[in-house]
Amino acid sequence: MSKTQKSNFITYGIVIAAYIILEVLMLTGNLSSHLKGLLVPMTYYAVIAVALNLCVGILGELSIGHCGFMCLGAFSSAFFSRATEQIIPTVPRFLMAFIIGIAVAALFGFLIGIPVLRLKGDYLAIVTLAFGEIIKNVINSFYIGIDSKGLHFTMKSAMDLNMEKDGDIIINGAMGITGTPHNANFTIGIVVLLISLFIVQNLVNSRDGRAIMAIRDNYIAAEATGINVTGYKMMAFTISAAIAGAAGVLFSHNITTLTASSQYFGYNASIMILVYVVLGGIGNIRGSVIAACILYMLPEMLRGLNTYRMLIYSIVLIIMMIVNWSPKVIAWRKKTFGGLNLISILTGKKKGVA
Amino acid sequence: MSFLTYLINGLSLGSIYAIIALGYTMVYGIAKMLNFAHGDFIMVGCYIIFSVSAALSGNSVVGIIVAIILCTLLGVTTEFVAYRPLRGAASPLAVLITAIGVSYLLENIALLIYGADIKSFTSVINWEGVSFAGGQLKIQGVTIVTILVSVVILIVLQLFINKTKQGQAMLAASEDKAAAALMGIDVNKTIALTFAIGSALAAVAGALLCSAYPSLSPYTGAMPGIKAFVAAVLGGIGSIPGAMIGGLVLGIVEILSKTYISSQLSDAIVFGILVIVLLVKPTGILGKKVQEKV
Amino acid sequence: MALLDVNNLSISFGGLRAVDNFNITIEKGELYGLIGPNGAGKTTVFNLLTGVYKPNEGIIRLDGDDITRKSTIEINHAGIARTFQNIRLFRNMSVIDNVKVGLAEKFKYSALEGMLHVGKYRKVEKEMDYEAMSLLKVFDLDGSRDVLAANLPYGKQRKLEIARAMATGPKLLLLDEPAAGMNPNETKELMDTIALVRREFDMTILLIEHDMKLVSGICEKLTVLNFGRVLCQGETKEVLSNPEVITAYLGE
Repeated sequence: MSKTQKSNFITYGIVIAAYIILEVLMLTGNLSSHLKGLLVPMTYYAVIAVALNLCVGILGELSIGHCGFMCLGAFSSAFFSRATEQIIPTVPRFLMAFIIGIAVAALFGFLIGIPVLRLKGDYLAIVTLAFGEIIKNVINSFYIGIDSKGLHFTMKSAMDLNMEKDGDIIINGAMGITGTPHNANFTIGIVVLLISLFIVQNLVNSRDGRAIMAIRDNYIAAEATGINVTGYKMMAFTISAAIAGAAGVLFSHNITTLTASSQYFGYNASIMILVYVVLGGIGNIRGSVIAACILYMLPEMLRGLNTYRMLIYSIVLIIMMIVNWSPKVIAWRKKTFGGLNLISILTGKKKGVA
Repeated sequence: MSFLTYLINGLSLGSIYAIIALGYTMVYGIAKMLNFAHGDFIMVGCYIIFSVSAALSGNSVVGIIVAIILCTLLGVTTEFVAYRPLRGAASPLAVLITAIGVSYLLENIALLIYGADIKSFTSVINWEGVSFAGGQLKIQGVTIVTILVSVVILIVLQLFINKTKQGQAMLAASEDKAAAALMGIDVNKTIALTFAIGSALAAVAGALLCSAYPSLSPYTGAMPGIKAFVAAVLGGIGSIPGAMIGGLVLGIVEILSKTYISSQLSDAIVFGILVIVLLVKPTGILGKKVQEKV
Repeated sequence: MALLDVNNLSISFGGLRAVDNFNITIEKGELYGLIGPNGAGKTTVFNLLTGVYKPNEGIIRLDGDDITRKSTIEINHAGIARTFQNIRLFRNMSVIDNVKVGLAEKFKYSALEGMLHVGKYRKVEKEMDYEAMSLLKVFDLDGSRDVLAANLPYGKQRKLEIARAMATGPKLLLLDEPAAGMNPNETKELMDTIALVRREFDMTILLIEHDMKLVSGICEKLTVLNFGRVLCQGETKEVLSNPEVITAYLGE
């Protein structure tokens, strides 16, 4: 077994071990209902952290609109589940909801990627933010309902749907979707997380993954080496959006009322995910999963910490960036600690760069 | 007549965006970084005015002066502590992520001090404004003052850049830092000065923004900040007249689309413009093209 | 038929003719040097040959095929690989992965097989590892296979860049100042490496160089560029004894 394979299995092992411990705690009644309610969100935040790390750490492009893709996955799958709740049995319906959520997020990832990936650095980041906000705002003005005459759609108001009496408004503008079936649970969340990890870690150790990282490290040399830069960027961005979409499916099937609010899908939420990725180690997939879980659970468990949570995160974020990236600090660290890298010791491996 | 009112409101909002965008564009032009926290400097400025005015029972002039001074200090300190160490980092994203961290930090400090509830901000301009056409067209005092202030700032900045030694040093540093350093320009000092000016402008923009839209929260600066960056990109990053034009266009588009299309979609339209501009003319209206050397 | 045939190649930047009416013919198996003072347009010629810049005029033929105005990627696939004056490695990837990026055109499996590690994945990866290692052996880099490219010493970084270029299976190898920044020992070693590449792979090489000793030591033919124009062209000895060349190089 090679070193990278071993490292991958350690990651799966950590996730499975955490799952078993939490399940045992739950069965023995040692988990409060408050904590139980946090388990599914923990998994979808870990999933979207993996997605964002693929974009930031492996592809090397900063996205601050990834929650937009999560939003698309959430709404498309919830719409499907609500619309077919009476027609299709639960298991195939939820499976199809996943496929739809992932496919819609991937499709938009692809479409948005076409203009976005022509840009670089700061511009790219700000345009992902723009698209994230556009997605949120547009979904907020969607009204879709079903009645005996079929599907109605407008962007004006619920009244303008002109529905029959038997009509059912599925997406009600800024009020979103209510009554999506609660199909997500902790086990499904963990399975989705494991699949995302499997795909991303395998990708990194494949022909395509190497091409993507080559572009990150030096796109001019990558082109001269015959790598199709645009194609591989699109591929990585689309996969990343698709995984964020899967997180969205978990999100919408774990909540009674789904709204495209800034709290969950705005750029501030996207930045929160970025915090997970940076603190877990840019390019370090395992690190971002651990960081997402700890940083999500910790303040929820220690209520008193909640007020100071973001304050502490922001300070840690700034310090981490300076310690890891400042040329002067790096030189000083090399001089003082030799080849030893503090961060690589803390997180196991340090692979990528933004 | 109502269209004219909206247009003037748009011009006023656009002038505020323009003042913020000036800060963005100067910093980007010279330090080559997107100061994501710039919008939050506005919010800090507003809270300072709010607190000082309250302490002095309504004297907002002192509040504005204190806000300008403290925001200037904040800008210079932020640059020194958080951004300067990352100059020359292996990845350009390092400093951007740090700036996002600073933005979060400022918002959360404000949250701790003032809480999340929205404070009602008393306008710093006590002027009713003027009416035309027998009261059919009414222009508020704050609208007129905002437009005038932005014009004055634009003229002063242009003079500063073109006529003073420090201004010329800024131009030189924005063209080529290494060459500027060889010519005896202290690049670090020049960048610090740029941050000082940009942050002082943010305080001014804050006073005007909160006078026109008198609700203040820790997130007050975030959206206008991002939109002002859109304005700077639209006008061509690094260009001072460009920031002005970009700001005005954006303000007018926002107000008109809010009025005539949908208030829900107006932000989407503003961001849509950014996307289109970057695709059609990535350098903006007045920007220059730069290519990486192979 | 010549391997590389360039006719009347020109490009201007803002009115300045950086390369003016450039011609060169390189036969298969030749080791050809492109020399000239600083700013003569040598790297610009490389950038034209590899599609980084598109020429205003002229035709580039590789093995008889017109490759003018093709993209960098297409030109690489057509058979030109290059190195860079300021080393451009994939710094955060291991030595062997740098080479495997170059091998990606030759050894293929689908993206889905890559993501799931099924199908041809294992077999093809094994073949790639074997091929990459044998290439690294040639450059004496097989001992550093898992080292990050950024952590290699300077001389080895230069070698790795050549190895990566060779991995793409080129017909023509372009080396942009391979000895830049090297001490005499490293330069000597590099000359051996270049000679070895040529022997082992029967490679045609065009190299840009400042180091006269390196040029006269290994190149059979030279083209001297000055102010974007060809000053002199031919056998190394003749070129180096040409008085015009001496003036251009040493100044008046």
